[in-house]
Amino acid sequence: MSTKKGMEVSIAASVAAKLARVEAIAAYPITPQTHIVEHLAELVANGELEAAYINVESEHSAMSACVGASATGARTFTSTSSQGMELMHEILFIASGMRLPIVMAAVNRALSSPLSIWGDHSDIMAARDTGWVMVFCENGQEVVDSIIMAFKIAEDRRVLLPMMVNLDGFSLSHVIEPIEFPLQEDVDRFLPPYNPLYTLHPDKPVTMGAYAMPELYTEAKYSQEMAIRNSKDVVKEVMDQFSREFGRTYNLVETYNTEKADTVFMALGSINENIKTAIDSLKEAGKELGLVSLRLFRPFPDAEVLEVLKTKKKIVVLERVMPGGAMNGPLFNEMASLVVSNGLSVQLENFIFGLGGRDVEPEELMEVYEQVVSSGKLSHADNKNYGVIGVRS
Amino acid sequence: MRMKSLERYTDNPEFEYATSGHRACQGCAEILALRLGLKVFGRDSIIAMATGCMEIISTPLPTTSWRLPWIHVAFENAAAVASGIESGIGILMDKGKIARKDINVIAIAGDGGTSDIGLQALSGAMERGHNFTYICVDNEAYMNTGIQRSSSTPFGAMTTTSPPGKKSMGQATQKKNMPKIAAAHNIPYVATACPSYPFDFLAKIKKAKATKGPAYIHVLSVCPTGWRIPSDQAIHYGRLAVRTGMFPLYEVENGRYRITYSPEPLRPVSEYIKGQGRFRHLTEDLIAEIQDHVNHDWQDLKNHSEMK
Repeated sequence: MSTKKGMEVSIAASVAAKLARVEAIAAYPITPQTHIVEHLAELVANGELEAAYINVESEHSAMSACVGASATGARTFTSTSSQGMELMHEILFIASGMRLPIVMAAVNRALSSPLSIWGDHSDIMAARDTGWVMVFCENGQEVVDSIIMAFKIAEDRRVLLPMMVNLDGFSLSHVIEPIEFPLQEDVDRFLPPYNPLYTLHPDKPVTMGAYAMPELYTEAKYSQEMAIRNSKDVVKEVMDQFSREFGRTYNLVETYNTEKADTVFMALGSINENIKTAIDSLKEAGKELGLVSLRLFRPFPDAEVLEVLKTKKKIVVLERVMPGGAMNGPLFNEMASLVVSNGLSVQLENFIFGLGGRDVEPEELMEVYEQVVSSGKLSHADNKNYGVIGVRS
Repeated sequence: MRMKSLERYTDNPEFEYATSGHRACQGCAEILALRLGLKVFGRDSIIAMATGCMEIISTPLPTTSWRLPWIHVAFENAAAVASGIESGIGILMDKGKIARKDINVIAIAGDGGTSDIGLQALSGAMERGHNFTYICVDNEAYMNTGIQRSSSTPFGAMTTTSPPGKKSMGQATQKKNMPKIAAAHNIPYVATACPSYPFDFLAKIKKAKATKGPAYIHVLSVCPTGWRIPSDQAIHYGRLAVRTGMFPLYEVENGRYRITYSPEPLRPVSEYIKGQGRFRHLTEDLIAEIQDHVNHDWQDLKNHSEMK
């Protein structure tokens, strides 16, 4: 049983946090921000959600207060975007290093300068290696379901890591979608109260956040790395349980039309819905294109991606961030690593798209497909390593 | 001090929450202040500590000097972390997940972590009215990182980033008045203290502990290493700081200023300045300038205070 409603995805994200019975929220309305924390404030103000709501004075303090609250054993949630994620960057590493299962809705947006409040992945790609478990969502339903799953994954004793649920700014956060909300009693059964391993409490004093000399730092970081690597099994387990209990199937890696296609696109987030439209149009013209969508991004689901891609001839990695002087975008670089370390014989192509909210139509994606299938390794006009869709030079 | 004399402030004077074996410098007045102060707060306390001397001397993995729940997150956010802790234990008590009782939430940071990089987080936490005590242990520079100047370094002091030279007389700015900034937030309790006056200090900790809402205590913590004085002179120089009016002891309770120890007639500041290596380069003119400033500030404080 569940209820289906048309709702702005930001509002839906806060309803999901309420269904997860979050206990502490610290948030700051940096430019740009979303309705997520506004609606949570309303829910707390109306008594619909019993939680501490901390109106901090910056995103840096938002994540710092989340660390403090989570360390007491409270289920903790926040949300940010863009400049805010950059401001809390320092504490993102500390939250994961201290193994605190904070959940954050990360509404992915461009970084200044020039200032842009619109969507792309500049913020999250700068934070991708902060040690948080990360998933990407393609629609509002996934956002709601992922937030509920995120607490179960993050709080699992085998994981104990913070987790980000990524959703694209505007193209997802600000649109109204039909969303099915699970019933509170079903969520309660799926997600029991947080049972922390250690907390800050006088009855059992512990020291948290000690420093490490060179003799121990590597070991501390290695054990953290093992935790995030091993979290993949837990993510899968929780997704499977969610599928069984709520009837919506989730996988670490989602595929679309990959069986017949020799050429596949790979991307993160809401662009995947446009890619699917392009795939359907190509199919009508007798052409086959596949899509590999990473739902789980950290830890990187290498074996699962490999399983889909090992027989493919051309892989096109599409990403919403400028490489910043690197040879290619960050997702491409990981795919190149996967291809080389597994000895795949495949043509890898890289396209940058959708920066600062620039729309990319299915037709443009179809053009990319035509360009890739009609030639060998592409060499782009200004930069031979990657193309930039729709750029005016 | 015989621990028995602490009985007015704590029911367990012998118990050490800051234990021996830490790596503080000889003669460090910061760890002395915390050792004494924590006895007053007692076992039902949680500490959020900023990066700094007290953090770095106490918790090299896998050891700790704290027999209290203690957390360190970063340099600039002790007040924000304390906000999260206070909110976290509050909601868990409201929901019946932990037993309801008074737990003291204490944020501790140095002068850099308070008056420079941590000022915004502290201002936010005071404005929001969290029930916590913030202790600034002020040794008047970034001592842990190698004696760099902060906004709390006094006028004229030599540090590694305010060196005297042909075109410099050392720190060119006046010490930022942090207690006044805290008081401007209209919080219920603000005090200055110095472990050279232990009973004044402990009485203030006791008041801060009993305060509902934010309390701010600014503790002048003599640093023999950074001030270039012999390590057995920390208490002496703390006393001189108070007796010369360089660091007056007062409190601001619900907006009312009260000088808690009057050193009048003030001793000349030269008694405090001479003998400290950090002031060695100061000329008589500059010392006179410091004296004028102290005279002015002392009068200003008396004007604010009820003890006129």
